[in-house]
Amino acid sequence: MPSLNHYLVLSAILFSIGTAGVFIRRNLITILLSIEIMLNAVNLTFVAFGRALGSADGQIIVFFVMTVAAAEAAVGLAIVIGLFRHRESLNPDMFTSLKW
Amino acid sequence: MIAFYALAAIAVVSSLLVIAQRNPIYSVLLLIASFGALSGLYVMLDAPFAAVIQIIVYAGAIMVLFLFVVMLLNAPHEETEHDLRLHPLMRAGPMGFGVVLAVVLVVELGLALGAGRASAFSAASTSSVRDIGRTLFTDYAFAFEVTSVLILVAMVGAVVLARRGSR
Amino acid sequence: MTALLIGQIVLTLFVFVMLLSSAAGMVYVERKVAALLQQRLGPYRVGPIGLLQPLADIIKLMFKEELRPRAADAWLFALAPIIAGTCAFAAFAVVPFGADITVFGLIPDGLRLQVADVNVAILVVFAIGSMSVYGIVLAGWSSNSKYSLLGGLRSSAQMISYELSYGLALAGVLLIGNSLSLTDLVNAQHGAWLGFIPRWFIFLQPVGFLVYLTAGIAETNRAPFDFPEAEQELVAGYHTEYSSMSFAMFFMAEYINMVTVSAVATDLFLGGWHGPFLPESLGWIWFLLKVSAILFFYVWMRWTLPRYRYDQLMASGWKVLLPIAVINLLVTAAGVLYFGL
Repeated sequence: MPSLNHYLVLSAILFSIGTAGVFIRRNLITILLSIEIMLNAVNLTFVAFGRALGSADGQIIVFFVMTVAAAEAAVGLAIVIGLFRHRESLNPDMFTSLKW
Repeated sequence: MIAFYALAAIAVVSSLLVIAQRNPIYSVLLLIASFGALSGLYVMLDAPFAAVIQIIVYAGAIMVLFLFVVMLLNAPHEETEHDLRLHPLMRAGPMGFGVVLAVVLVVELGLALGAGRASAFSAASTSSVRDIGRTLFTDYAFAFEVTSVLILVAMVGAVVLARRGSR
Repeated sequence: MTALLIGQIVLTLFVFVMLLSSAAGMVYVERKVAALLQQRLGPYRVGPIGLLQPLADIIKLMFKEELRPRAADAWLFALAPIIAGTCAFAAFAVVPFGADITVFGLIPDGLRLQVADVNVAILVVFAIGSMSVYGIVLAGWSSNSKYSLLGGLRSSAQMISYELSYGLALAGVLLIGNSLSLTDLVNAQHGAWLGFIPRWFIFLQPVGFLVYLTAGIAETNRAPFDFPEAEQELVAGYHTEYSSMSFAMFFMAEYINMVTVSAVATDLFLGGWHGPFLPESLGWIWFLLKVSAILFFYVWMRWTLPRYRYDQLMASGWKVLLPIAVINLLVTAAGVLYFGL
């Protein structure tokens, strides 16, 4: 039977994969996808702890995280569309006009 | 146990392929596979409600939105050799720091695993959807209402931001 | 114990075969009913009154050449019909279609006529239905042709928009039935008021039933909401570039989705397998009759009503059906609170 440690390690691995994606990838949409991976890893931690502590709060927090992730994905993608229309590129290195 | 390892392997491999793929559509589809595996893990954690809303909300709605945007923008395959050379993190300093961080993470994970206290789960207590609903509308009622306002704001914001030019 | 296991395996295979046959049967029913509505004969050559026509169609489709456009994305082109077909079959797995049966006393505990008894069954049907959008949108994209892309994007936007009203119509039933499990909801419709009016939810939720059926027709891309696959406007929409068995898979997925929507509507609103004059263990006969009635209604709608234009379709989904569904939910909630239904 998998113990709590198994789920936490899996969540840590997924979270680091997401973080690596955010740093390594040079495509705005893939960066947003990596953020979703990170949020899912956090959801897994919440549900695992909710199960370990025997309360329903884990699933409720997951509900809220999912809702916030949906809102963030919608607004983020709208911004990406706007940026693409301006510069015809999805590479974040093209949008550096605010750099010193 | 086999189910856990199988689902975990699917989730990890799909996530790795998401960040390794060049074609953004393949990335989105692999992420959906990862979400499916996570949904299976939620079922194993006696959380059927979380599993189902993961499929309905994440895999069924958010990812469709991503797919639409990728198709709309006709997102090109990224990264030529030129871009890789210009990548701000592909230099000696940041790469070395990244390796050090990775080593630290692995060492910590090993210590955490080896510390011995493998806390197994208590007896199965499937919190039914009824309990979740009751808690959601009593203890978390304020957060629930604020979330609905948040979604409304996001909806209006997305429509305004994605509007074309001058209207 | 082993008798139950064997019974469950046989039941799974049986449901699979039944769904395939229902898709074939729907092909025949559609053509025959369309013909009779249009005052012509329809298929009558192949077999008695044309009953073997679906067999002829399937054989023809099997022998056609499997084409793929050169510029099409090979993986996605092959994956799209698989997703469409898998989701169509999987959604029916949690739908109960009869009371517990004991096969002539061989299975003493009673075999529930439901492939998987999940206690969040309604949400599972909804979830798998929302996954079937991917089959269509990937088919549209991977064909790399403008008709397919337009058809695929329009179809998936339509399906997502009507999913909201679909879910809200379900929520009204959940309030009254007090459970998420389809079996519990059917069993809550047992019995009759005044001795002859059956305790079906359609009498408590008439608006909900209409909203559900309309949203169901839009979800399965059937007329009058079938603009994305309209022959006259978009060649054939998202399955333009498909041929042979892939096309058959999309066709089958559409019919099986129709059957699933009808089956869930029967379970939720029409009392499932409860009916007079028959013992509980033969309730599946009533289930079949009710599902057939709704399927006939589907075919009737297709060949009677003109097609909605796409912007009318989306406008009516968001501006008409969704407010009606929300108001229905509010009224139902008030009714449950004050009348203790």
